[in-house]
Amino acid sequence: MKKLTEQPSFINEFLDELTVNVTEMFRDPSFWRIMREEIIPAIMLNHKQFKIWHAGCSSGEEVVSMCIMLKEMGILHDVTIIATDLDVNILERAKQATYPVKNMELNEKNYIRFQGTRSFKDYYREENGNAVFNKDLLMNVSFRRHDLVTGDIFNKFDLVLCRNVMIYFNQALQNEVLKKFHESLFKYGYLAIGSKESLIWCDYANRFIVVNNEEKIYKKIKD
Amino acid sequence: MSKYNLNNSYKAVVIGGSAGSFQGVVKILSQLPKGFPLPIIMCLHRLKHVRNGFVEALSIKSVVQVTEPHDKENIKKGSVYLAPANYHMSVELGLYFALSTEEMINNSRPAIDITLGTSAFVYKEKLIGILLSGANKDGALGMKNIHDRGGLTIVQEPSECMIDTMPRAALAATKIDHIMKVDQIVEFLKELDKQYR
Ligand SMILES: C[S@@+](CC[C@H](N)C(=O)[O-])C[C@H]1O[C@@H](n2cnc3c(N)ncnc32)[C@H](O)[C@@H]1O
Repeated sequence: MKKLTEQPSFINEFLDELTVNVTEMFRDPSFWRIMREEIIPAIMLNHKQFKIWHAGCSSGEEVVSMCIMLKEMGILHDVTIIATDLDVNILERAKQATYPVKNMELNEKNYIRFQGTRSFKDYYREENGNAVFNKDLLMNVSFRRHDLVTGDIFNKFDLVLCRNVMIYFNQALQNEVLKKFHESLFKYGYLAIGSKESLIWCDYANRFIVVNNEEKIYKKIKD
Repeated sequence: MSKYNLNNSYKAVVIGGSAGSFQGVVKILSQLPKGFPLPIIMCLHRLKHVRNGFVEALSIKSVVQVTEPHDKENIKKGSVYLAPANYHMSVELGLYFALSTEEMINNSRPAIDITLGTSAFVYKEKLIGILLSGANKDGALGMKNIHDRGGLTIVQEPSECMIDTMPRAALAATKIDHIMKVDQIVEFLKELDKQYR
């Protein structure tokens, strides 16, 4: 165990094994359609520029999806994105925005179901069996290590995405983490969780309303 | 005396199925005795990206409304659960479900081995596992877990299966207590129900 505490890089490799980070682009295409058609337009009614937090961003597929969507909406420049994860190795991968070409088939299918307006292949080039996404997409994104359980509140956001992360926490932790999201959101900001996650048993649930039950999108209505 | 030497110590029924299992599942659910006392936990292979429709299709004829549980949802007696699309579904010691997005297993998410294996761990000898038609070997290991923990194992009669790879893999992997046609499974569940009256 000594080795664990003394060598940070070893800890990180260890974490890479333990934390689970399998993900895909435009996971749940219907979610992304609601984002494009309802949630983002609703935010833009009040703010021309706004901030998004991807909490538990894993290898960044969700962030790339968001950036592609915002670009197609013509507002990529107006959005500041912070993407965090517990796991530094996975964050390194997220920064590279480089993924095995074999994953692109599923990602492209999801993109088509999302009804993106371009050809998915426009967004990356192939290099040695990898799909390397255009770096411009991520120009307003900053990646940081942040632990949802122990980490502090570090900013305020209009939209927080934390999808399929809280499934790894027990209910007591979920409760704590929801408090942090509540504090990290502007009033009337939005929170999106995974399609099979639920907030109903959390203390802070009554400070949110359900905007879309199917896609698990909530809105903070009380401080 | 019941034909299958049953008793009322069982606490759950878990069902796995893949290609060709839909009709069988529909039949089982439509002929389930009213007020069936145990939870029925199903993991059926399904399209990853199609979230809606499946549960509705299964529910049309079912005696009990089928639900896809949320993460951390408690398991209730007499309810029928289906693993949601694109999540693994495991049963946890506090008798609730946990969902995860971990890697596919046997090319599947949900993977039957996960639902069966975790159910076996939680319910031990109080579990009945049923494996239906299917084209891969997902579920074989889960059936072995159920047998090893003292639970009862049933597979659909291979000759009745549209694709018999799955029940055959289970037969090769472990001791299977009963090989039954779907009609017999229905009879079996009715017998089981009587033990609790
Ligand atoms: C399954 S991925 C979710 C990816 C993406 N949001 C999605 O829905 O596809 C879960 C991620 O949560 C991260 N994670 C787990 N515990 C965490 C914690 N306490 N704080 C921050 N991130 C955490 C893991 O490192 C992993 O990358």
